[in-house]
Amino acid sequence: MTIEEKQQEIIDEFNIYDDWMEKYEYIIELGKDLPIIDPDKLTDDRLIEGCQSRVWLDAEVKDGKMQFSADSDAIITKGIIGLLIRVMNDETPETVAKTDLHFIKDIGLQEHLSPTRANGLASMVKKMKMAAIQATINK
Amino acid sequence: MSEGTKRPFSVREIREEFPALRQLIYNKNLIYFDNGATSQKPKIVLDAINMYYSKDNANIHRGVHFMSQKATTEYEASRITIQKYINAKKSEEIIFTKGTTDGINLVAYSFGELLSAGDEIIITAMEHHSNIVPWQMLCQRKGLKLRVVPINKKGELIMSEYDNMLNSKTKLVAVTHISNTLGTINPVKEMGAKAHAVGAKILVDGAQSIQHMSIDVKDMDCDFFVFSGHKVFGPTGIGVLYGKEAILDSMPPYQGGGDMISKVTFERTTYNELPFKFEAGTPHIAGGICLGKAFEFLSSLDMVAIQKYEKELAEYAQDMLDTFEGCRIIGEAKNKTSVVSFVMEGIHPFDIGTLLDKQGIAVRTGHHCTQPLMDFFGIPGTVRASFAFYNTREEVDKFIEAVEKSINMLK
Ligand SMILES: Cc1ncc(COP(=O)(O)O)c(C=O)c1O
Repeated sequence: MTIEEKQQEIIDEFNIYDDWMEKYEYIIELGKDLPIIDPDKLTDDRLIEGCQSRVWLDAEVKDGKMQFSADSDAIITKGIIGLLIRVMNDETPETVAKTDLHFIKDIGLQEHLSPTRANGLASMVKKMKMAAIQATINK
Repeated sequence: MSEGTKRPFSVREIREEFPALRQLIYNKNLIYFDNGATSQKPKIVLDAINMYYSKDNANIHRGVHFMSQKATTEYEASRITIQKYINAKKSEEIIFTKGTTDGINLVAYSFGELLSAGDEIIITAMEHHSNIVPWQMLCQRKGLKLRVVPINKKGELIMSEYDNMLNSKTKLVAVTHISNTLGTINPVKEMGAKAHAVGAKILVDGAQSIQHMSIDVKDMDCDFFVFSGHKVFGPTGIGVLYGKEAILDSMPPYQGGGDMISKVTFERTTYNELPFKFEAGTPHIAGGICLGKAFEFLSSLDMVAIQKYEKELAEYAQDMLDTFEGCRIIGEAKNKTSVVSFVMEGIHPFDIGTLLDKQGIAVRTGHHCTQPLMDFFGIPGTVRASFAFYNTREEVDKFIEAVEKSINMLK
């Protein structure tokens, strides 16, 4: 599946919900289901301090593909992280660096990615892209 | 307090005067419980803003023409309305500022100029960052010592510690009248009397009290009282610093510019009298005039009945929240009002806030600009519902239902 197809898949999944609370119910389930980072990776150097919720991000390159894992102390943030990782993982650094994550806007969650939102997600996306750019330089 | 007949308090009638309360958010009737952050505006204020810019707009204190004189008259009339409302001796003691933060910075800079190394300033553990950082900056600038009155687990000041801290080196006590995070009402009159006994002055941060109780600066006998217009049903960008005339007179100007001077030559400038000495440049004229309207509105209300109503509303909300398993109320002072802060075990405040938002309920989550207080309670933040007199018991019921729904989703 291409990164664009992955984004489209998520948009389709969210299209069946017409109520905000249902959307969030789904995001919360995603957040609960996901053990997205090794507990021993919850270290301060991986911590992105948002004003409200905190986010930890780890980025690796395996076989030429980006592998992200992340966590948050807030479950909604964690659910959205799950979506971001689903889209960005197993993609080449070049793809990650240049992809426009339009699905967030399309499913109505752009408020969570605004730089003033202070939940650490905007910084996390930036860090994901920076890690990808670093990986292309290191090649 | 200003005279005149007060209308009997009716929440139904009052709500009619706040158009912003009648709107749908995500298709739900808005429930606005973020009054600690800012209040909604009554029609009298909205109409005045419209009127000012559509008809009366002119610069003040400098024009010979009709419009300028009218704007000046209204601006100065507003100063008198506010003076009377808080029972200040003279209108010269009412300085227009940008808000609470601006007022505190003015005092920290200007009154601070009168202090010298070794002097001490006392604040408390429950201050807003606005009433911490300006004093830290002053202490660094002048080599002063900042002392902090601790609180107990209920969120009340430990007064014996305050008594111990006061000494002949104490020059200023800066304390919040009501905590924006805990709702605690501090004994500012008693604290002022004690400060005066050692020759210190007291600044009261009234950002959270002016909208909830009647304020009488003469009775309180505070030296400075600061508040923001936007939290007291007026516009943003305008606020008030009240200061006792003799003290303001002894203080150097804060900012230089037009309006604050009496005569300027390149060799020497003499400063204008109070209050203009502290009001450099074209002020927020519309803000000043419309803040006066907010106080006219407040003057027509029975603040004693309102204070009782708001206290009951907050207590009702708190009692209902207390029935939830794992709910911890942050701030259980005996004397508190209008604010209920809470955390739910195992649930992040941000998650609850996000789900309440989607149910049309505006609350605030996070540290509320009181990080040291959060550290004291060992929490990252709280969910805070803060009430105004236009909120209702039915809204509290819906809020409780929405909290319950959110908890069930998040558990
Ligand atoms: C107790 C207290 N002090 C100061 C402030 C700062 O007010 P402003 O941002 O309007 O200057 C606030 C506002 O949140 C407050 O609640």
